[in-house]
Amino acid sequence: MTLLTIENLSKRFSSGGREVAAVSDVSLTLEPGETLGLVGASGSGKTTLARILMRLLPADAGAIRFEGEDWLTLSGAELRHRRARMQMVFQDVLGAFNPRATVASVLDDPLRIHNIVPKAERPREIAALLDRVGLLASYAERSIRDVSGGQRQRIAIARAIATKPSLIVLDEAVSALDVSIRGKILELLVELQEERSISYLFVSHDLAVLRAVSHRIAVMETGRLTETGPTRQVIENPQSPAARALIGAVPRLVTEPTEGPSHDV
Amino acid sequence: MRLLRDLVRTPEGAIGFGILAALVLIALLAPALSPGDPLRIAGRALLPPFIDPAFPLGTDRLGRDVLAGIIHGTRTSLAVGLAAALAAIAIGLCLGLTAGFAGGLIDEGLMRVVDAFQIVPSFLLALAFVSVIGASVPVVVMAIALGAWADPARLTRAQVLSIRERDYVASARVIGMHPAEIAFREILPNALPPVLALSAIIVAAAILTEAALSFLGLGDPNVVTWGSMIAEGRNILRSSPSLSIFPGVALVVTVVGVYLFSEGLTKALAGRRLEP
Repeated sequence: MTLLTIENLSKRFSSGGREVAAVSDVSLTLEPGETLGLVGASGSGKTTLARILMRLLPADAGAIRFEGEDWLTLSGAELRHRRARMQMVFQDVLGAFNPRATVASVLDDPLRIHNIVPKAERPREIAALLDRVGLLASYAERSIRDVSGGQRQRIAIARAIATKPSLIVLDEAVSALDVSIRGKILELLVELQEERSISYLFVSHDLAVLRAVSHRIAVMETGRLTETGPTRQVIENPQSPAARALIGAVPRLVTEPTEGPSHDV
Repeated sequence: MRLLRDLVRTPEGAIGFGILAALVLIALLAPALSPGDPLRIAGRALLPPFIDPAFPLGTDRLGRDVLAGIIHGTRTSLAVGLAAALAAIAIGLCLGLTAGFAGGLIDEGLMRVVDAFQIVPSFLLALAFVSVIGASVPVVVMAIALGAWADPARLTRAQVLSIRERDYVASARVIGMHPAEIAFREILPNALPPVLALSAIIVAAAILTEAALSFLGLGDPNVVTWGSMIAEGRNILRSSPSLSIFPGVALVVTVVGVYLFSEGLTKALAGRRLEP
């Protein structure tokens, strides 16, 4: 069964009397355990789409079905309860955490709000989550400001999987990270996906990242979806000018379709 | 506690903290330092200062001990200043939070009320309030708070508007946190630091306003205040200037202490935010 169906979603922003269509008439589907890479230049509306999906922004028109439910009509306590199934990892590894939080409190919040485990077992569950994302349990005591960017993103992932979601939206989740850490975080995400069959909507401007993790890629330009298809097909044989432009911006991808550097010139 | 440590590391903060700590001690120990009613007639009238060891700062026209007045006046000044600032900040925080969260018409409405209070000079407002209702310590506190809540309200609203859009608030919504919890656990604590720094300035202003009201004879007549002592001494300023100078110096030291404290607090808070 399809996990997520987005139909004809539209969102306009008006600024200074000028109307801008951030998302217009976008339709997408996502299967369980699948990663859909959403790629586009800055201002193409991909983050707006992610935020509408997370119910952080209201949509102007369109419908979203998530786990068989009309996702956009949920509200209040019901929406808060259902949010456990759809989580998000933010781009800004610093701004996504309350500066006063500790690692433990960041992970305790979802466990407490959704009553995932009884209160007495929460410290153990926090330790298990930290261990799952490759951090020592002793990190729980630390202030969120006292851990590095890569570790913070691991904590963000731990927070996202704490409620056992079926879909995680990754908004430029590795863009702010050091290249050396980026690969490790991507590996962790793929491992978690295989282990828990989580679907990812991976929003990024970086095709190299998306190629590594996505099953399918959707290309956005000025609010519209210009192309959707299997990762290989979109990268090797792009149909739309937007996709070609994005691939052109990463020349290595065209000349080296295989993994790693090739020496047989 | 860490904030206090950061605070006394700055020179302003250390001096301000020292002055305030001394004043608070004097205020708390006033009945022990100078037993009895400071308004009672204790000795010969108009005794000059530094002559009689029993009255180191002399006596006023009615033979009341000036030192006792200053010691007990510390209590009134600090109590009224702190209570008024606390009331002003409590009102300001509540209204600023409401305005920042609610937005729309409620925000517009509340901000116009804030405008109205900012336009009227706060001292005139306090003066009118006390003249109509009558002078007593609680009324003076309310009168001062009434003129001082608009600034913290405006600052709180601005803070809330900015913090509301941060990713960590979005992150709290994403995990399904209740809006009330978001307001009080995620937003309010992070909106507080600049309001805290402002609060010290409000305390200083409140102490001065209280002194000015007492000087005009609108303070509580049953308690001794520095303002009323200065007013009392004003009539014989030429022959016995010390009667006005001593409470005046006490007032200056207090206000400077509060300002230095606030300066140190601002620096300590800013330094904290610079940390990664």
